Amino acid sequence: MLTVENLTVRFPTRFGDTTAIENININVQAGEIHGLVGESGAGKSTVGAAVIGLLQTPGYIAEGSIMLGDTDLRALGVNQAHALRGKRISMIFQDPQTSLNPLMTVEDQLVETILAHEKMSADEARTRAIDLLEEIGIKNAAERIKSWPHQFSGGMRQRVVIALALCTNPELIIADEPTTALDVAVQSQVLDLIRSLADKRKIGFILITHDIGVIAQIADRVTVMRNGHVVESGETAQVLGRPKHAYTRALMSAVPPMDHKIDRFSVPTTEGIEGTSVSTGDLAEQWLLEEKGLSEGEQKELSIGLSIEALDVRFSGTRKSLWRKPEDFIALDKISFNVKPGSIMGLVGESGSGKSTVAKTITGLITPNSGTMMLGNEVLPAGKSRSRKHPSRRIIQMVFQDPYSSLNSRHKIGSILTEPLWFYGLEKDPAKRQELAASMLALVGMAPDAIDKYPHQFSGGQRQRIAVARALLARPRFLICDEPTSALDVSIQAEILNLLKDLQSKFGLTILFISHNLSVVRQMADDMVVLRNGVIEEAGKTEDLFERPQAEYTKKLLSLTPVMPKDWA
Amino acid sequence: MKEFIKRSEGLWLFTRSPAVMIAAVIAILIFIGAAFAPWIASVNPYDLGSFSLMDGLLPPIWQEGGISQFMLGTDDQGRDMISSILYGARLSLLIGLSAMAIATVLGVGLGLAAGFYGGRFDAIIMRIADIQLALPAILTALLIDGIARGILPPEVQQDLRVVVLTLAIALSLWVNFARTARASTFVEMNKEYVQAAIIMGQGPIRIMFIHILPNILGPLLVIMTVDLASAILLEATLSFLGIGLAADSPSLGTLIRIGMQFMLSGEWWILWIPTLFLVALVVSINTLGDFMRDVFNPGLR
Repeated sequence: MLTVENLTVRFPTRFGDTTAIENININVQAGEIHGLVGESGAGKSTVGAAVIGLLQTPGYIAEGSIMLGDTDLRALGVNQAHALRGKRISMIFQDPQTSLNPLMTVEDQLVETILAHEKMSADEARTRAIDLLEEIGIKNAAERIKSWPHQFSGGMRQRVVIALALCTNPELIIADEPTTALDVAVQSQVLDLIRSLADKRKIGFILITHDIGVIAQIADRVTVMRNGHVVESGETAQVLGRPKHAYTRALMSAVPPMDHKIDRFSVPTTEGIEGTSVSTGDLAEQWLLEEKGLSEGEQKELSIGLSIEALDVRFSGTRKSLWRKPEDFIALDKISFNVKPGSIMGLVGESGSGKSTVAKTITGLITPNSGTMMLGNEVLPAGKSRSRKHPSRRIIQMVFQDPYSSLNSRHKIGSILTEPLWFYGLEKDPAKRQELAASMLALVGMAPDAIDKYPHQFSGGQRQRIAVARALLARPRFLICDEPTSALDVSIQAEILNLLKDLQSKFGLTILFISHNLSVVRQMADDMVVLRNGVIEEAGKTEDLFERPQAEYTKKLLSLTPVMPKDWA
Repeated sequence: MKEFIKRSEGLWLFTRSPAVMIAAVIAILIFIGAAFAPWIASVNPYDLGSFSLMDGLLPPIWQEGGISQFMLGTDDQGRDMISSILYGARLSLLIGLSAMAIATVLGVGLGLAAGFYGGRFDAIIMRIADIQLALPAILTALLIDGIARGILPPEVQQDLRVVVLTLAIALSLWVNFARTARASTFVEMNKEYVQAAIIMGQGPIRIMFIHILPNILGPLLVIMTVDLASAILLEATLSFLGIGLAADSPSLGTLIRIGMQFMLSGEWWILWIPTLFLVALVVSINTLGDFMRDVFNPGLR
């Protein structure tokens, strides 16, 4: 149905034209879900945009043909292309929060789209819209259709977006990361819906995603992309089960398995870390160990634990009446847990479960309503009552989720890294500080000359290494990692997780590892806590929880996470 | 050279937009002319002895009766128009730049603090800003001018006119800076690098000025250029209305006011030449401001 041949897209820049994708060949049949998988920058979205004719300016198609049935999409004029978009090709975007107009009811948006493409009365269009909503699984559609987008939950909203894409009976739908912004439970529902639409209505889908699990679950065929080129293409079972190309194999092995624990992640060494000799990290390693002149083994005895007792966090809710006091929103409901010294504790939950609130309360950004926190044998003052000079501010360090915003983009790496050294008074001599920072960069696997560069000169994975280096330069004993790899590609994720594991075992760090990704937590954590709506559903040894989950919620989470069939990879 | 230009997005865009390049040339020429007025201008228009009434009302050189000594003609006092304009631009730019500088320091400081502390402090600052916005700039200027006349002894009033005018303009411009700084600070406060600094226990002054300020400079620089143009215009308006500078030390606005008297009597150059000069200055500064906004906010392009 859709045939893309030798597609090449270029973007003119001030350095001349750069080629975003080159020689792409894709074939999508009616009723087929064609997965397009690759890491960020692979050109997946550019393929989708070129097909639907929405390339970002000033990008242009330099070569190749795109045929939809008998129509040559490249030969269409602006108006014809506009009429065809939505009519024969639709698109589902990543974020249902922003792809619906918040100022129009769902009904208006559906009816508007239908009327734009078909000659029918508004009443007929409304009937059709209601039928559509019923079909994609919204109950009570005749009433719900009058709601505003904000009255739907995230998953429901993505269903409405799918209904919008469907309402003109398109032949082809391009879904660009349709489930990336959704929790696992909702994700599996949306994926089921896409599968059934392909089967029943014979719609062809191009499913763009970075998540190989999603592809394994529903795609018929898959194309693996890298740096704008097709690496491998074919039946899903064949490409993922018996990958021919080294990159596909590397990509598959970087995905952390959920059904068993492995010692280290295998890292696709296609690019490798820029040439660093391991020895240059010695200075930083010595420095980290020399506190009180202890050897590696003794150092571990200094490990510090953290226990939390009946921690309760409430935020004032939205005011519904001018006269009544708004009800509190309970973010954490009297939770207690204990992180053993020198261990990694995994904290798991869906969005809104209160994971990040735990991190913010421990670091003092949020003042809890009640409850106590103990760091080692000492009480950790909560929130605003923790003074700026409190020793815990050095002992507890944090690695944030988004490496693009956690480093100040106007400061050089050198000044970012030396800040903890002088701020905590760890090293008086400025020259020594620079030396230590450079050595620490080597320890986390970066070239020491990075010290004179700015954060924007590095990739996400490199920045996350820098963030880890910054945390270590405070000589912490307790590290909080809040989704440290969720913004990164799987191969980079594997590198960062390996790094954290190594550092943890070498320096006896205690780590609180927050993640929504169950397979990552299984690989990283000794113990884990499952959090849901501010309540602990289950806690215990990680292996026990995965092998013998007790709580219904844990079982559900485990069964809904997309996994690769056992015989693959 | 080509490689050097390509290295910077801003320079690269600059070389590709003729309007911006023309604006930059005009602005730079005017700034140089104003800064070096005493060395460039043929006469000092503030020195009554340096010109003569006999040369009064001479037309520009291309019109009949014009002489090469006064290329753009003279006013009724016999002052060379070029010299008057250069000295006038000097005053206008001096007042505009210093008003902008005061407004920037005041507005950015308050806006940063409001965004950083939030809550009641933010509410108070922003309500004051709202009140300030509700008062027309001219009213603020009149008020300050009135107060200055009331409390300053008459003999210093004349000397302090420039200061009073600058303060009045600065007071009506700081709100722009405060609002922009506050909004940008709110955005930055949610970023993880600021949270990291707070967790470390760094002090508010360090977080505000070392961490946040460099990250919100982009939009502030844009406002600075746009507000420089407004400040110059505001000074011209005030002087035109007679609240600003007196006729013996004319700024661009005063020159235009003086020229008004000759609008219908045939001596058009006395009004139109300073007016066109002012328009050229303001338009080129605004064009540069728009250009800077495009560079700092690629999304708007």
